[in-house]
Amino acid sequence: MADASHAAAELTVQEYITHHLSFLTFGRIDGHWGFAHTPEEAAEMGFWAINVDTFGWSLFLGAGFLWFFYRVGKNASIDNPSGIQNFVEYVVEFVDARVSESFKYKNELIGPLCLTLLFWILLMNTMDLVPVDLLTSFGFEKLASVVFNFEHAPFKIVPTTDPNITMGMSTLVFFMIIYYSIKNKGLGGFLGELAFHPFGKWMLPFNLIIEVPTLLAKPISLGLRLFGNLYAGELLFLLIAAMLGAWQLPAHFVWAVFHLLVIPLQAFVFMMLTIVYLNAAHEKPHH
Amino acid sequence: MNINATFLGQMIAMAFFVWFCAKYVWPPFVGIMEERKKRIADGLEAASRAQKDLESAQARSEEQLKDAKADAAAIIDQANKRAAQIVDEAKEQAREEGQRIISGANAEIEQEVNRAKEALRSQVSAIAIAGAEKILEGSIDEAANEEMLNKLATEL
Repeated sequence: MADASHAAAELTVQEYITHHLSFLTFGRIDGHWGFAHTPEEAAEMGFWAINVDTFGWSLFLGAGFLWFFYRVGKNASIDNPSGIQNFVEYVVEFVDARVSESFKYKNELIGPLCLTLLFWILLMNTMDLVPVDLLTSFGFEKLASVVFNFEHAPFKIVPTTDPNITMGMSTLVFFMIIYYSIKNKGLGGFLGELAFHPFGKWMLPFNLIIEVPTLLAKPISLGLRLFGNLYAGELLFLLIAAMLGAWQLPAHFVWAVFHLLVIPLQAFVFMMLTIVYLNAAHEKPHH
Repeated sequence: MNINATFLGQMIAMAFFVWFCAKYVWPPFVGIMEERKKRIADGLEAASRAQKDLESAQARSEEQLKDAKADAAAIIDQANKRAAQIVDEAKEQAREEGQRIISGANAEIEQEVNRAKEALRSQVSAIAIAGAEKILEGSIDEAANEEMLNKLATEL
């Protein structure tokens, strides 16, 4: 793959899928900054590299929808709401209802957090429905070969199939869990929950063995659930595209119909779990 | 599929987006929905207040109608009584008037009779004198005169 100047048709199924699963990574390689041409090069770049494609789409979608909502909110009217305002209000009201159902404490940040998560993840997941090669092979690859002289560049358009993206979000939620736990229970209360919780203080090591992984499992399961679901969906789209070639669209459509359920569901699950985790972080100790 | 700085970038981006959403996106919509909720509540309250007002106004108007009916009945009653009284008074007056007219007429009649009697009496003496003159002119038949004078006297 080092001389990755083949046309897409010459790739084997495995090469095609590997190509579509790699990121457009920008980082330091061999002493200069540039794009990684292979997954191996991307791995060599270490931590200080950025997946331009997924992160770019993530920023674009997040900023786009927030800007759109902001414009709608700025021109909102009480008496004469436009159709688009009704839609945004419906989304806000939906999020607000879920928050007030599951979150029993007062925190002004939870609503906006959940609105951002829900709609952002929904949009990022929806990118999965764009036919695999529409933006990638026919769009960006041509652009990259002309502008960066980078033949056959990878270009992933579904940010939630990048574990960096999903884990980044779940880790921020994890930090919020820790922040609100310490804020509401005190450092002692937070550590006490880990150390003394299920079995009392005489079983402290045992309690820690149970509680610390439970705490750490929250962000990991949150991030990996979203990643796993979308990765699996994306992989199936890639298989369809790789094996059926030009005939992919009907099969793509059939799988998209099934995947259509996963896309909002995973966004919703991420939001709901965030609410539940943060609600638990606000709970005062019972004794 | 290695973890790299995208992870940090996504965290920073999310923190910024959540901040932006909390500051500029969430408040207008929540404000509008609160305001609309408040307006609906106000409207419902105003409607129930108007309903209550209407009910009290209806009760008041019914009461006033009842009072007016009672007043009207009292007035009519009074008027009837007054009318009867007026009729009675008029009858009484008429009767008195009639009585007075009758008694006046009677007095006049009596006066008339007395006057006639007086006139007759004065004329009787004149007739008697004339008769006596006639008798004196003719043959004096004492017996006959006597008889005639007696007859006259009894006639008077």
